[in-house]
Amino acid sequence: MATYIIRRFFLMILTLIGMSILIFVMLRLVPGNISDILFDAAGMVNEADKARLEAELGLDKPIIVQYWTWISGLMTGDLGYAYVSEKPALDEILPRIPVTAKLALLALIFSVLIGVPLGVISAVKQDSILDYSLRVFSLSGLSLPSFWLALLILMAFVHYFGWIPIYTDKPASIWHEIGLLSIPALAVGFRASALIMRLTRSSMLEVLRQDYIRTARAKGASTASVNYNHALRNAVLPVITIIGIEAAFLIGGLIVTETVFNIPGVARFLVEAIRWRDYPIVQNLVMFIAVVTVVVNFLVDMAYVLLDPRIKYDD
Amino acid sequence: MKTFVIGAVAALAVTASDVAPAFAQKSGGVLRVYHRDNAPSGSILEEATNSVIEPFMGVYNNLVVFDQTKPVNSNETIVPDLATSWSWDATNTKLTFKLREGVKWHDGKPFSSADVKCTFELLLGTARDKLRKNPRKVWFENVSGVTSNGPNEVTVELKAPQPGLLQLLAAGYTPMYPCHVNAQQMRTEPVGTGPFKFAEWKRNESMRFVKNADYFKKGKPYLDGIEWRIIPNRSTRILAFAAGEFDYTFSADITVPLVKDVKAKAPDAVCEIRPTNVSTNLIVNRDKPPFDNPKVRQAMDMALDRDAFITILSEGRNNKGGALLPAPEGQWGLTIEELSQLPGYGTGEAVRKAQGEAKKIMESLGYSAEKPLQVKVSTRDIAIYRDPAVILIDQLKAIHIAGELEVVDTSIWHAKVARKDYAVGLNLTGIGVDDPDAGLIENYTCASERNYTKYCNPEVDKAIFAQSRELDVAKRKAMVKDIQKRLIADVARPIIFYGRNYSCWQPHVKGIVLHQNSIYNGARYEDIWLDR
Repeated sequence: MATYIIRRFFLMILTLIGMSILIFVMLRLVPGNISDILFDAAGMVNEADKARLEAELGLDKPIIVQYWTWISGLMTGDLGYAYVSEKPALDEILPRIPVTAKLALLALIFSVLIGVPLGVISAVKQDSILDYSLRVFSLSGLSLPSFWLALLILMAFVHYFGWIPIYTDKPASIWHEIGLLSIPALAVGFRASALIMRLTRSSMLEVLRQDYIRTARAKGASTASVNYNHALRNAVLPVITIIGIEAAFLIGGLIVTETVFNIPGVARFLVEAIRWRDYPIVQNLVMFIAVVTVVVNFLVDMAYVLLDPRIKYDD
Repeated sequence: MKTFVIGAVAALAVTASDVAPAFAQKSGGVLRVYHRDNAPSGSILEEATNSVIEPFMGVYNNLVVFDQTKPVNSNETIVPDLATSWSWDATNTKLTFKLREGVKWHDGKPFSSADVKCTFELLLGTARDKLRKNPRKVWFENVSGVTSNGPNEVTVELKAPQPGLLQLLAAGYTPMYPCHVNAQQMRTEPVGTGPFKFAEWKRNESMRFVKNADYFKKGKPYLDGIEWRIIPNRSTRILAFAAGEFDYTFSADITVPLVKDVKAKAPDAVCEIRPTNVSTNLIVNRDKPPFDNPKVRQAMDMALDRDAFITILSEGRNNKGGALLPAPEGQWGLTIEELSQLPGYGTGEAVRKAQGEAKKIMESLGYSAEKPLQVKVSTRDIAIYRDPAVILIDQLKAIHIAGELEVVDTSIWHAKVARKDYAVGLNLTGIGVDDPDAGLIENYTCASERNYTKYCNPEVDKAIFAQSRELDVAKRKAMVKDIQKRLIADVARPIIFYGRNYSCWQPHVKGIVLHQNSIYNGARYEDIWLDR
């Protein structure tokens, strides 16, 4: 197990190095850089001033030198300066992470709380009216575009309550913040819960047909015990994988939700930074998302061992 | 002399207004405004967008400024700001400003003539501390130097008379900067003398400004502060305004089709339309065959049905115009009657007749329905560019030009146009001041960096600089009209229409005066108050 963990750790490092190169190169393949955009915003181009700005920002240096400057800075915790705000990139990124993390966590909680029980019910009541209704519910969750759903929610709130659940002021308390984040989290969680529900249902259906379930029933175990203790525990493995993938996605993938609900989180900031070709912000934010994804995947793999004793990562 | 008298009268009027009791206005409260995007910086001298002007104009003062309470910007509405009066010398090449005494920058340091000199040096590019970008350097090409005559007087020296200079100095784009604050800080934490102090800026989130209690205009501003929340999604910000989260929309943010939606959701809201002095125009690369043939360019201009653009995009509210904003709001533009005499500006049958002639021109050059001229129509990847570009392609089809829309990433649009890497394009051009020295010099003279289509006609250049020196207003107007007609005949940059948009505010917001011939000069916010 220890060897496996060490091997995974080095694999994670290699993956992150690969990711860093990919992020760095791809970002520079996108046409235009910060100086193009700054001059575009001013409606003019002065080649001499543009060259001076590029030199000031180090964009005139060979790409390998630029990469090394970034990576060596990253190792020492120096993320560089944001091009647009001219402030340390760390100061720009750090305050946004908790906002997105809270939203992602809430969305994940909602999706699990809704998706898993409904998936189990749908499987247990297979082919009943309830099952059909829940399948329609999950299909709508998967097929409704999130921007449309989010806007619909906003319009409904304005129309019926004369209030809009968006971030316009700094939340007064943690409860106020949770209240503000709950509605967008529900909008995001709806899609994720639909995915989890469908996966739980199909996984449960497969497990419910296994011999040991029949044995448990024959031994007189209650329906609830069979469904939740015997079946769900074994059916939950693929669901855990999906939850892991969703958790990683939610850190960087909430672009639409953060934009529509005006949440000052990581994803919206990332899109804005890409628009400005603010390399220090984009590189470091994407790297952060990559680290979260790799770590969550690792944790999911470890969770398998805890949930299924048959799985062993041999040395 | 005439200008001096006007200046003196304006000075008296404003001095009077400064001391008059503000009996109707209530002080207090924070104005909540939404912002449509992230301002690139807080340094107005470096930027060319009202995304910067709107939140930051209140931080600064100019030497002179367009009266914020008058809707039309003109020489007659210029009032003193940091200067108390101004006067021209006998040669009209020296403009002397008497400066207000006792004014302090927001950091407590005193304002003096040295700061005015520093600001001009930044604009002229002669300062040690450089601006990253200097988009309006061309406005001040005629300035040869600035001399301090003691701490409270400054003289701007010109190479030749330029009566329009005062208008350029009165623009929101020409604030005074402190000598002791560097350009980098002015971009991130600007220091001014204006009614509002910069307090906080959270990128992609909000900007906060607080009342300057030491403001030299006693009793102003009425507001305790202004809070801008950045909401890039248009639907969200309009819904938020309707829900009462904001007192005021971003200036000219509400399009004609959208205003019905706003009024339906917020029936009490006050919504006013005004011209933006932003033109939508056709750009043609005259170096690229077959567009190097003036006949092709002429045919394209004649094919334009400007009324169709206006009806489709703004339900008939936008205006036709030449190089400068048309009357009645525009002070220098051609009138509708004058325009209707020019090719491409007719209506109904005249348009169809012109299109028929354009078609014949193209046929005489060997093009037909079977063998059309294939061309990419480039435009910026923003809806206000794309939508008219699609209509343009449709109209060009009628004269055997088969256009294909090429949407260009907004980051590289100006660079692409500047290096002439396009054949036909659709562009938008905003003008900061309704004065020919801004609109014509900036967009049509050979050496201007902001003339990104690189249209260059030495005779037109000569005429543009001649009007700039002309002191007689009537004569100057006639010269400017001739230049505009020449630009139309040259198909320099056919103006398709001038846009009009709405701004909306809640009924408790008072004192908003929308400037009618520029969206860049009326954002001081010092006269706005809340009736709550």
